[in-house]
Amino acid sequence: MSVFVHKHSRVIIQGFTGQHATFHAEESMQNGTTVVGGVTPGKGGQEHLGLPVFDTVHQAVAETGADVSGIFVPPPFAADAIMEALEAGVGVVVVIADGIPVQDMVRVKRYASDKNAVIIGPNTPGIITPDACKVGIMPSHIYSPGRIGVVSRSGTLNYEAVQQMSELGMGQTTSVGIGGDPVNGTDFVTVLRAFEEDPETEAVIMIGEIGGPQEVDAARWAKQNMSKPVVGFVAGVSAPPGRRMGHAGAIISGEADTANAKMDLMEELGVHVVRNPALIGETAQRVFS
Amino acid sequence: MNIHEYQTKDLLRGYGVSVPDGRVTHNTDNAVTIAEDLGGDRWVVKAQIHAGGRGKGGGVKVASSLDEVRQFTDEMIGMQLVTPQTGTEGRLVQRVLVEQACDIKKEYYLGMVIDRATQRITMIASASGGMNIEEVAKTDPDRVIREAVDPAIGLAGFQCRKIAARIGLRGQKISEAAKLMQALYKCFREQDALLAEINPLAELGDGRLMALDAKMSFDSNSMYRRPMITELRDFDEEDAKEVEATAHGLNYIALDGNVGCIVNGAGLAMATMDSISFHGGKPANFLDVGGGASPEKVGNAFRIVLQDPNVKIILVNIFAGINRCDWIAEGLVQAMRDQDISVPIVVRLAGTNVEKGAPILEASGFPFIMADNLDDASTRVMATLEAAA
Repeated sequence: MSVFVHKHSRVIIQGFTGQHATFHAEESMQNGTTVVGGVTPGKGGQEHLGLPVFDTVHQAVAETGADVSGIFVPPPFAADAIMEALEAGVGVVVVIADGIPVQDMVRVKRYASDKNAVIIGPNTPGIITPDACKVGIMPSHIYSPGRIGVVSRSGTLNYEAVQQMSELGMGQTTSVGIGGDPVNGTDFVTVLRAFEEDPETEAVIMIGEIGGPQEVDAARWAKQNMSKPVVGFVAGVSAPPGRRMGHAGAIISGEADTANAKMDLMEELGVHVVRNPALIGETAQRVFS
Repeated sequence: MNIHEYQTKDLLRGYGVSVPDGRVTHNTDNAVTIAEDLGGDRWVVKAQIHAGGRGKGGGVKVASSLDEVRQFTDEMIGMQLVTPQTGTEGRLVQRVLVEQACDIKKEYYLGMVIDRATQRITMIASASGGMNIEEVAKTDPDRVIREAVDPAIGLAGFQCRKIAARIGLRGQKISEAAKLMQALYKCFREQDALLAEINPLAELGDGRLMALDAKMSFDSNSMYRRPMITELRDFDEEDAKEVEATAHGLNYIALDGNVGCIVNGAGLAMATMDSISFHGGKPANFLDVGGGASPEKVGNAFRIVLQDPNVKIILVNIFAGINRCDWIAEGLVQAMRDQDISVPIVVRLAGTNVEKGAPILEASGFPFIMADNLDDASTRVMATLEAAA
C-alpha cells in the first residue's frame, strides 16, 4: 500500500491545458500515473493529451470517476478551484499554487471541515507514490518504491532527502509535500497517522522548517500514537528572527519557532533528530536497520 | 508587507476606529503648525519607522510646548533611530507624526492574527496594555485572552462582548469596545491583513476608548487585489538589495556572514545555510532563485549576492525539479563571462538534466569547484576559505 494516492487512483488536472499542467501531467503519465482527464472552464468538449477536457470538476468526476485532483490554476483562482473539487466529491486535492492569499485558505479550510477529503498543499511540489501515482511537479526519477514514508514542508529539501536515501538504496512508500504556507490543507499529524496505518510503511522521515508549532505537535502525537520510528530535521538553524525565509510560513515569530527549539523538543519526544541536513539519509539508514 | 503607524491610523479611522487627532510631516515648521492647528497644550511627537520599540530609542516624546514640538521634531528627523528591532545601525527617520496628547486612565492590548494553531483569524486581548504581548503571554498567560473567528460567521457580537468583559471593561464601554473590535475585524478582512495590533488601546479620562498606537501588516500574496494598501509600501524601509531581488523574481535576505548562497527552493536554501553553519562557516545571505530559473535569473542572483562586500566565496546549490541543471549551468557560465567575479565559486548540481549541466561547466574553462553533494559542498567552501586565509 501507500498513503493518499495509489496505483488505482484516477487523477484529473484542474487548469489542465496550461503549460506547466501539461508538462507535468505528461511526465506523471509516463511514470505510471492514471490521468483520466482535466478541467479548463470554457474548453469543455475538447481533447488534450488524448484525454477529455471538461468545463467543471462536477462533470469530470461524473464522466471519469476521478478521485484525485491536481490543481495547477494560478493563486488568485486556486481557492475557488479547491472548493469546486471538494464539492464534487474528490477525495484527495493537491494544490501546487504558490502564493494563495492566506485568508483564502482560512475560508477553504472552513469549507473543507465537513468534507471527507484530504487537501495536500498549497505551495507544495505535490505527492508521489513511486511508479504508481504522482500528482505534482517533483522529478519522478529520483524516487523509487520502498518502505519509508517522507513528509516535508519544503519541496527541494524533500528532493535532497530522497536523493540521500536513494544513494543508500532506500525507497519510499509515499512522499508527501504538505507545503510552505502558514495555513495549509494537511498538517504533519494527519500524514503521520496515515503512515502509521499504512502496513507497508516501516518508518517516516519528517522534514520541517522554522515557524509555527506543527513539527512539535507532530512529535508529541507520534510519541503517544506511533509504533514506527520517525527521523526529523528542521531547516533554518541559521535563519534570523522576524524575517520571512521564502515560504510564507517560514518566519520565526517567537523563541518556540526557532529550528533549534523545535529540534530539542522533538528529540525529547523521541524523534531521531538530524542536526546536519547532509546526514538525513545516513541517519535514516542507521535508525531503520 | 508593513506600513507606517500614521498610515495604519488613517486606515483604521476610515473604518470607524477612534484614533488621536494628528498629522504626519517631513519638516519642523510644519510640525509646529500641526500642533497649533490641533490645539491643546500637550502633544506627542512620534518617529515614523516600521520597527517597533521606538519609545526605548527616543523616537516617541511628549511635548508640553510648541518649542518642545520643534525641538523633538528637529532631533528626530534625520536621526538613525535604534530600537530593539532595528539592529545596531538603526533606521533613518524621515517623518514624524504629531498628535494631540491624551489623558490616559487605563491601557489595554487588542490584536488580531491568523493563528497557526486554529488556522483562523484570532482576536487577542489583554488588560496588560502598553507592554510586549509576547512577554505577557510568557509571564502571565492567564492575562492573554484569545478568541478564534469562524470564517463562515465572522466575528460575532457576543465574542466581542465576552472579550471586553474579560479584560475588565464595564457598562457602556463594553459595547463601545465591541464596535471597535468589529471595525478592526472588518478592516482586517477587507484589506487582507496578517496582523493588527492596537497597543495600547486606551481608556481616556473622559471615558472614550482610543487606539493610541496601531500597527498592521498585510499579505503580500493578496496585494494584487489591494491597490490601496500597495500604494502605502515604503521602499525606504526595505533593504535595497532585497527590493531589487524581488523585482527579478528572486527571494533574497541579507545576513552577516561571508559565504554567498544561491539555491533553489526556500527549504533547501535554509538547509544550505544550516550546512555551512554546521561546518563552522557563516552564510552571507538567503537566496532562493525559485522554479523556472533562467540563465538571466542566475546572472541577477550573482549580481545581487556580489553587491555585499563581505562575500568571499559563493556556494551554488541547485536541486532541479521544475528547474533544469543545464540552464543553471549556462547561467553560471554567462555570469562568469559578463561579470567581474573574483571570488571562488563552489557548485553542486543535482536533479533534472544534471548529466547535461556538469559538462557545460567543465567545457567553459572557468575554475568552478565542483561538489558531489551538500556535505561535500560545505566542506569545499570551508577548505577554500581556509586556503585563502
